[in-house]
Amino acid sequence: MNLVVDGKRVFAYTAAHALDPAKPSVVFLHGAGLDHSWFALQSRYFGYHGRNVLALDLPGHGRSEGPPLASIEGLAEWVMRVLDGAGIAKASLVGHSMGSLAALECAARHPQRVERIALIGTAFPMKVGDAFLEAARKNEHTAFDMETIWGHAPQVPLGGNPYPGMWMYGDTLARLERLAPGVLHAGLKACNDYAAGLESAAKVKSPALFILGQRDQMTPPRAAKALVQAIAGARTVSVAAAGHSLMAEAPDAVLDVLIEFLA
Amino acid sequence: MSAPKYPGFDTLALHAGQSPDPATGSRAVPIYATTSYVFRSSEHAASLFNMERAGHVYSRISNPTVAVLEERVAALEGGVGAIATASGQAALHLAIATLLDAGQHVVASGSLYGGSHNLLGYTLKRFGIDTTFVSPRDLDAWHAALRPNTRLVFGETLGNPGLDVLDIPAVAQIAHAARVPLLVDSTFTTPYLMQPFTLGADLLYHSATKFLGGHGTVIGGVLVDSGRFDWEASGKFPQLTAPYAGFHGMDFEEESGTRAFLLRARREGLRDFGACMAAMTAFQILQGIETLHLRMPRHVENTRKVVAFLAAHPMVDRVMYPELAEHPDHALAGRLLPRGAGAVFSFDLKSGREGGKRFIESLHVFSHLANVGDAKSLVIHPASTTHYRMSDDDLKLAGIGAGTVRLSIGLEDAGDLIGDLERGLKAAR
Repeated sequence: MNLVVDGKRVFAYTAAHALDPAKPSVVFLHGAGLDHSWFALQSRYFGYHGRNVLALDLPGHGRSEGPPLASIEGLAEWVMRVLDGAGIAKASLVGHSMGSLAALECAARHPQRVERIALIGTAFPMKVGDAFLEAARKNEHTAFDMETIWGHAPQVPLGGNPYPGMWMYGDTLARLERLAPGVLHAGLKACNDYAAGLESAAKVKSPALFILGQRDQMTPPRAAKALVQAIAGARTVSVAAAGHSLMAEAPDAVLDVLIEFLA
Repeated sequence: MSAPKYPGFDTLALHAGQSPDPATGSRAVPIYATTSYVFRSSEHAASLFNMERAGHVYSRISNPTVAVLEERVAALEGGVGAIATASGQAALHLAIATLLDAGQHVVASGSLYGGSHNLLGYTLKRFGIDTTFVSPRDLDAWHAALRPNTRLVFGETLGNPGLDVLDIPAVAQIAHAARVPLLVDSTFTTPYLMQPFTLGADLLYHSATKFLGGHGTVIGGVLVDSGRFDWEASGKFPQLTAPYAGFHGMDFEEESGTRAFLLRARREGLRDFGACMAAMTAFQILQGIETLHLRMPRHVENTRKVVAFLAAHPMVDRVMYPELAEHPDHALAGRLLPRGAGAVFSFDLKSGREGGKRFIESLHVFSHLANVGDAKSLVIHPASTTHYRMSDDDLKLAGIGAGTVRLSIGLEDAGDLIGDLERGLKAAR
């Protein structure tokens, strides 16, 4: 479905279902440079199993108009305005990478509107290397290469994709190459600049789940430790052999954990 | 921090798409000779059917052995994914059937494999899909042939059999200006000699029967999507961007973004037309791909020697190989095919049709048959075999004369190949 937020078109994948105020809602928030279909299998599952699903294209990504937002705090407030526009009072948030920081910030700022948060492939601080940021700032293809290679477990280019016939690197690159100039840089910079992580984590009252890939080269599990400790009662699930792109690399494992957590 | 590196072509040719079998540890790709896959539960079955989980249901749609081949070719081409088909022709049909409806139109090179020409020029017409054939070298003709209902531009990376080099960057630009994709048949070049997606093509396919399999043992095709064509922005492909009643109202682009074309091609095309690949076939093609990076340089090296011999022979009127200075695409080949212009080429005998017959029947090392891309050297007379249904005008457009002979150069000793050709040329006098 298309919404208008701040005068801009926003696309939300709803798994071909109309939103029903009587149903619980799940919002999916993707990472920098990607789009709603990064959660294709998981979001489709919940859409067909009694949930309102809003798998969003963040500003400047996928089918949503730009410009991209410059901060995690800005993204969090934008998510709330999207929920307002969709008529959803309360939702669980599932965020990946940059989207996980936005979900965390939403839960800290608007506890009355956030039921649960699942943070996938996350870290705090989510520092981005200077070379990566600089390549993204200059819109160099090297930035796409870095996101693609570091964004997957090392065995991915040589291993079998759970999606029959698909080449995971090629899929990521194709998405990144469709981005307007500056979009990847805006996302990476927002992650890099985000400073409120621990403070916000301490404010989270909703149940929280971390899903971390043991072979994540971008946000290795040790980089999420401080955040996990800062959220009271947070639970962590570690996915063996998965890298940063857990939803694509281990789609069933991620779905099974989410089904249990959001039940 | 240094930039990370992708695995090299040679490594991908051996490994992409497969990790050692988790059930047995098998290093070689197992041949999953099974039609179906046991569901863990009713819930699991339903979620596989509704595409909430990844996995295999029925081998017409996907199979673990075939999936290794698909992923490997996609990796070698730099695509988002691939679909293996029963033949190269099935791959071409699958691409067209996924994108075009009755009443729509293709602009294609006139220099095509005879089977492709037949499909476009005759068979698809019965289903309401028209094709305009153009000279592949005439960029104005490509542009002029576009119509409001054109939905696909199509050519061969190296035209069959005259070896016209398709100016992919220029033709892609023409196609993209009309908001339609460029599909190329990359059979003659393989990803070792050219990666068309880096030049601007959007879709490609191989007759894997040829150099990918490489040993003349199996028939198969592979259709690959670059994922770069934006179907939504084009606005011309409701097949991918509007709800489809034939698949529970799915909007394939909305559902899967860069994977939209392959999703519909697999979920509709393989489901309904059924031209899938068998696991054993995929295994044999994978065996071939594992040495593609070793075989192709030798194919090209042998070809260059044979071309040099024929070009200097008094019985030969002309040799059509783009690496020769007199070939009209010589400069373009230098730009697009720096590793070589392939191992299939044609030449014209001065002695015409009868001389051609005597020439072919005198050869012992070259095999007279209808195939190319075998490890063994092959020969055929296109006007009376592969292209025999074409009119004289179409033959002329494809650069085929009565005395044109097509060779596919294999991996034998080059001296033996030249000796065999010498014998044939003597007989053709």
